[in-house]
Amino acid sequence: MTALIMEAAEAVAAVKDGDTVLVGGFGMAGMPVELIDALIAHGAGDLTIVSNNAGNSDTGLAALLAAGRVRKVVCSFPRQADSWVFDGLYRAGKIELEVVPQGNLAERMRAAGAGIGAFYSPTGVGTPLAEGKESRVIDGREYVLEFPIRGDVALIRAHVADRMGNLVYRKTARNFGPVMATAAAVTIAQVSSIVDVGELDPEVIVTPAIYVNRLVSV
Amino acid sequence: MSLSREQMAEIVARDIPDGAYVNLGIGQPTMVADYLRPDSGVVLHTENGMLGMGRPATGDEIDPDLTNAGKQPVTELPGASYFHHADSFAMMRGGHLDVCIMGAFQVSATGDLANWSTGAPDAIPAVGGAMDLAIGAKQVFVMMSLFAKDGSPKLVPECTYPLTGRACVSRVYTDVATFAVGADGVRIVETFGISVDELTTRLCMPLVSSPFT
Repeated sequence: MTALIMEAAEAVAAVKDGDTVLVGGFGMAGMPVELIDALIAHGAGDLTIVSNNAGNSDTGLAALLAAGRVRKVVCSFPRQADSWVFDGLYRAGKIELEVVPQGNLAERMRAAGAGIGAFYSPTGVGTPLAEGKESRVIDGREYVLEFPIRGDVALIRAHVADRMGNLVYRKTARNFGPVMATAAAVTIAQVSSIVDVGELDPEVIVTPAIYVNRLVSV
Repeated sequence: MSLSREQMAEIVARDIPDGAYVNLGIGQPTMVADYLRPDSGVVLHTENGMLGMGRPATGDEIDPDLTNAGKQPVTELPGASYFHHADSFAMMRGGHLDVCIMGAFQVSATGDLANWSTGAPDAIPAVGGAMDLAIGAKQVFVMMSLFAKDGSPKLVPECTYPLTGRACVSRVYTDVATFAVGADGVRIVETFGISVDELTTRLCMPLVSSPFT
């Protein structure tokens, strides 16, 4: 089925208490701020958020954290100059953190979207982040076993969609969007504009519509 | 005289082969870009998903959708390309990136790198792409001051801080000396304002040889 076009509030109603939500963006580039605002208004809680960072300043992901809706964050780089919301919650023991090397984070979601059961990664070998993980030497090099990260819902931001849900992105705001779109049961994309089917050049489509369930124009 | 940060960046830039694909880490390594010759053909990779990154953006050039790994606004050069995160890190792990340059808390005699955590109990751990870069790039160059504020060396027999990657560093550029790290140990490549004897004494570790011995 092709993507359904709807308002942000209706789209994020797919999120249930206790869900794992993949949230696109690298810092604020590619962060689906309007979808996150709608999720805050929707009220779902006890969430596990998978995102590269743990919120910047007081908007977007940081606002969701501040609203007390997040039980756990899975990310590569929580600590930044403007991550005071996360820092406060973490130091107060009010939020769980799983730190994952950035490439493993992306690849674990790619694996989920591609139906891979697990994969051996050389990243993290010999470091505290590999402790307790299965490892294996392949052709003389050591690897650690990494498992997929699946989302119940993915919230991403793209640039333009057509009415089927094919997506193109803009510059480095692409970042995690195409990977997260494949890794969740329900993918919701917010875009700057929605065009008629046929208006996007098939050669430049980055995320094919098969991965996109709901579209929100903001 | 020991080197300024600018002089260190200039020396690192000189050692990057023409035409190399290079990732510059956050902080001091970004200064290396200022010393690359325009005709060097070096292409800068930024792990948030771009090859062909240009200089920092200013004024009207600033675009919130175009940033570097430090989330600072940058520009794009002709021939630039964009890709998603899984592709960006596949480039590293797949051995396609020639050089990455990072800062460090410690480097060991066998090239172990520690640059993501001091292991302090109250610290919030954050690794970003450092572990992927450390094991992925063909060559890992480290830029750091050789001695910590308390005078202790940061080039050490074994890292005491949590590791970022094992046996991955090939060169260490510091304010007082440049070192090559290989299977046979650490070699002094060049010194700046310090004698080899003093360096050897203060480092408390064996050095393979030096250009002066």
